[in-house]
Amino acid sequence: MNTESRLEKVLRAGHFAVTSECGPPRGADPEAIRRKGELLKGVVDAVNVTDCQTSVVRMSSLSSCLILKEMGFDPILQMVTRDRNRIAIQSDILGAAALGINNILCLSGDHQRFGDHPQAKNVYDLDSIQLIMTVKKMRDEGKFLSGEELTKPPRLFIGAAANPFADPFEIRALRLAKKVAAGAQFIQTQCIYNLKRFEEWMKQVVDMGLHEKVYILAGVTPMKSVGMARYMQKMVPGMDVPEEIITRLKGVPKEKQPEEGIKICIEQIERLKEMEGIRGVHIMAIEWEEKVREIAEGAGLLPRPDV
Amino acid sequence: MIVAEQKPLEEILEMIKDYEKIILVGCKGCVAVCAAGGEKEVQFLASAIRTARKAEGRDIEIREVTLERQCDPEYVEQIRGFVGEYQAILSIACGVGVQYMAEHYPRIPALPGLNTSFMGGAEEQGIWSERCQGCGQCVLHLTGGICPITRCSKSLLNGPCGGSTNGKCEINPEVPCGWQLIIDRLKALGEFPKRYLENNPPKDWSTSRDGGPRKIIREDLRR
Amino acid sequence: MRADYPPNVKLIRVPCTGRVDTVHLIKAFEEGVDGVYVAGCLEGECHYLVGNLRAKKRVQYVKEILAKIGINPERLQMYNLSAAMGSRFVEIAKEMTEKVRELGPSPVKTGSGREV
Repeated sequence: MNTESRLEKVLRAGHFAVTSECGPPRGADPEAIRRKGELLKGVVDAVNVTDCQTSVVRMSSLSSCLILKEMGFDPILQMVTRDRNRIAIQSDILGAAALGINNILCLSGDHQRFGDHPQAKNVYDLDSIQLIMTVKKMRDEGKFLSGEELTKPPRLFIGAAANPFADPFEIRALRLAKKVAAGAQFIQTQCIYNLKRFEEWMKQVVDMGLHEKVYILAGVTPMKSVGMARYMQKMVPGMDVPEEIITRLKGVPKEKQPEEGIKICIEQIERLKEMEGIRGVHIMAIEWEEKVREIAEGAGLLPRPDV
Repeated sequence: MIVAEQKPLEEILEMIKDYEKIILVGCKGCVAVCAAGGEKEVQFLASAIRTARKAEGRDIEIREVTLERQCDPEYVEQIRGFVGEYQAILSIACGVGVQYMAEHYPRIPALPGLNTSFMGGAEEQGIWSERCQGCGQCVLHLTGGICPITRCSKSLLNGPCGGSTNGKCEINPEVPCGWQLIIDRLKALGEFPKRYLENNPPKDWSTSRDGGPRKIIREDLRR
Repeated sequence: MRADYPPNVKLIRVPCTGRVDTVHLIKAFEEGVDGVYVAGCLEGECHYLVGNLRAKKRVQYVKEILAKIGINPERLQMYNLSAAMGSRFVEIAKEMTEKVRELGPSPVKTGSGREV
């Protein structure tokens, strides 16, 4: 069943999709979201709003999505299961659909240990796969998890995340299969630096025929500096940053590193465009949103098509 | 068994600071096995408290008792004859024992000498780790005998998450990823990938703590 | 050997320091003893293999408890020597006696409150 999602329309029409993300502010300031939105106008088909990423309290994804929608964007509501139980989750799903949000990305969410409130109780009433099942059930069967009927089904394009670089490597394609079986329609991957390893994962995915059942958008993040690259290599779980990238960044003077990082990112996108099964790119330029336009332009992705 | 550890001594001393006559009650059950509240621990703690008091020029009388268990009324009753002579009960049983003391002797403050943590077992002498969360609906036969509720930090039923690194959990490199363990086990049992590909539905949490305080009744065993 | 060691040192013999329990150590201080030392075999030479290593851990544990109580953990020490080292034995006895003399009587005796 089709939704009103622009992202879905772009993908169905066979175009290479572009998405990006906005992190909401740590305060009640709607302007912070609007400013980020301004930077992405005309650059993306849809934009993710993160849900208290790394368990740090931020303005809610749902409210930020609404602000972006009012600016003309097609927002993707990211929802984690860490903080809310199935009652609140189903309630928010209905709310999102009622407000005209057309996309949802289903995640478990980083453990609260990483955030600013490690003493919080964690919920995880559902996991990401059960969340996908829930949205699908509400949308396609018109029923709550309890089996009772709801009055008006939420029409949401269902997405999920995939991390080809987390361990164990051997189950990563299987996990994608589970998400597809649960009802995922589009996937955004964790940002890719190790193209070789990513290709291995894609090969498994293609062998299982998953690329035909779900739209896969490859994640990319430009490196600002050697420091950032090192940090991501050493400190972020599930991230694979090959030494060549760091070496390449080291090879240019410090002021030129951001530019080099953007160059690397554009080259990655060019390669990803050629890969079988990759239907789009998800550009995550955290706190560097002003560069997304430059990257999309450099990779020949602008202007975005009419659908 | 229930695994607990003694509260820091300073916390215990603070708890009993207004008392001159207390009864220190240990337990020969779980807490003796994890060396937190057994007879030996009663002796040591009593001596440590007395030493601390003497060092500050004060006195304290401590009656040392170790019961078979503190989670059975018949054993808890064994101190009824003399407990009234004391100002407070410092129990180094698990949280259950402390509460039984409070229930049986409501007019005497029951103080917890331990922090009760989890249901688990010994990995080796001196190391105990958590294995069971008491969810009330055991599915170990579906996960190769490894509990996803307890051993996965997020209690995922369709794990692992994207934070699993080298077989360890994202929250702590010393914590094994519960789902890595499950996958390894399913492989050893020949159930991989078939069992793994089956999506587990949302859990019914109503039989766990979330459903409210629980009780089990066996009519065939009642008098 | 018939060497002299300070008369204030009371010897308690055990077949192996592994026999020494944490309870013995804390009770000694409860009684008001000013200092305690545990003398075991050289590491790696314990007749019962690891008895002296167990003693070392137990001594460490009780030192931490003493610090919490406010008694100087220096009053409790572990030493390692072989049965043949008579002069070392005397040296240790003198060393501990000196240390404890410097620290003064245990707060348990004086009731004067924390010394650390």
